[in-house]
Amino acid sequence: MDTLKEIKKRLGKRILNTKEHSERRIYFDIDKHEIVEVAKLLFKEMGLRFATATGVDTPKGLEIIYHFADDKEGKLINIRVLLEDKKKPEIDSIAKFIKAADWIEREIWELFGINFIGHPDLRHLLLIDDWPKDDFPLRHDHDHNKEEKHK
Amino acid sequence: MSHKVVIPIGPYHPLQEEPEFFRLYVEGEKVVDIDIVIGYVHRGIEQLSETKHFDQVAFLVERICGICSTSHPFAYVNAMDDLTKVEVPERALYIRTIIAELERIHSHLLWLGLAGHFIGYNTVWMWSWKYREPILDIFELISGNRNHYAMMKPGGVRRDIKDQDIPKIKKCVDDLIPVLDMFKGAVMDDPVIQARTKGVGVLTNHQAIAYSVVGPTARASGIKADIRKDHPYGAYDRVDWNMITQEDGDVFAKLIVRVLEMYESIKIIRQCLDKMPKGPIDANLKDIPEGEGIGHVEAPRGECFHYVRSDGTNRPIRHKIRAPSYMNVASNKVSAVGGTISDAAITLAAVDPCYCCTERVAVFNKGSDKKICNGWDLIKLSQEKTEKLRKEIFNK
Repeated sequence: MDTLKEIKKRLGKRILNTKEHSERRIYFDIDKHEIVEVAKLLFKEMGLRFATATGVDTPKGLEIIYHFADDKEGKLINIRVLLEDKKKPEIDSIAKFIKAADWIEREIWELFGINFIGHPDLRHLLLIDDWPKDDFPLRHDHDHNKEEKHK
Repeated sequence: MSHKVVIPIGPYHPLQEEPEFFRLYVEGEKVVDIDIVIGYVHRGIEQLSETKHFDQVAFLVERICGICSTSHPFAYVNAMDDLTKVEVPERALYIRTIIAELERIHSHLLWLGLAGHFIGYNTVWMWSWKYREPILDIFELISGNRNHYAMMKPGGVRRDIKDQDIPKIKKCVDDLIPVLDMFKGAVMDDPVIQARTKGVGVLTNHQAIAYSVVGPTARASGIKADIRKDHPYGAYDRVDWNMITQEDGDVFAKLIVRVLEMYESIKIIRQCLDKMPKGPIDANLKDIPEGEGIGHVEAPRGECFHYVRSDGTNRPIRHKIRAPSYMNVASNKVSAVGGTISDAAITLAAVDPCYCCTERVAVFNKGSDKKICNGWDLIKLSQEKTEKLRKEIFNK
């Protein structure tokens, strides 16, 4: 069965934009409210492997790209969501049903300041526990030359 | 009377590629829960990469890991080749494959030695490290370096393999076959190793899928997934080799997968050396266009994943890196729970994180935080168990 056709059929209008970079790298843009449904469909029903997720700071807003790997057909399905509000970015957590997403959501939370609603255990993963609250190292407005002040 | 005791393992050691801190909760001998804390040496390489130009990034990511130092640059150049859609010369693909497979052999031998040490087989430790040495010599012959080879570059490789070196490489890998036969025999026939590893630290197929584990850890739990086969890159689709899988998901299965994989690596290297065409080794990439690319490779420990985005300048604006242990270490949460403390050392080691952290173990009595034993004691505990089993088995 062709995974790509299947995904296009089942997601239907939820796909806002499709980019086929190459045969094996496909990007789908979806609305952030759909992420739980879409991740459930890809991971639970279609049996794709959750590879990881990438946060990106862009001029339009914060992007999260969820990478799912289809090991049977050798394709990478990338689901992209855009969070326009940089002041209070929020998205539903998928770690509730994908255990593998637990750490990566914690990482994006601390490095980009994106709040994952409903994450079971949202605490620092890589940074120290007393890292300043409104300082997100991977955002482009972060000043890396400034000396960090800790308690 | 049993009370809950906490055993912290870690947090870090300068030799580790991925420092982590395990907090084992034990009741008597049994591990009832485990908490994993990482990030002790978070070096911010993803951010650093945004400050370097595309050629330098290959050197930077090589420094992420000292053991499998070519897998990160390999994944990165794959991402760059995907981004630029450049046609990489055939010879470069073969050279990349040879380097990656040589590295798999030396990494697996290193793991085998450590695993042997932790269950009290110091001969296995010394022998497997002894036989790892010729592989490092071959790296020095090819690249001038024993560890950081600096072979990968976007669009090709930096150094060629000379014709006069090929017989030496072939001889080196051929000499390894009797050694592997010996190790295989030692593992398969030794009742003590079997007693120590069979049924220990089981990660079931279902759990392996839930935690999306990768590499030998996944293949030992019956998941037929190998990036080299499923998402072919380099020259892996041009040579003949088999994917090794086991069903049991215990430490023994992971051991078997790694030992048998080394035979496949030798097969791949030999075929690559024979089939490698003459020609250029570099596509001479000039400008990097705007866009994004993903590259992933099967590192010795599993899938290594890189995402690169470019805005048309000479530096990436985002470079996401995910190492295989990021997925595998999390699975210790299920595989170590239910086992005994003396099996904890080998269970945590079985996913092949860099493992020196156990030498910093300390057992705490929960509540009082009084130290009961340290890391050496845990290894000693494990070694004593082997000794006891050995006596029981051979005195029958």
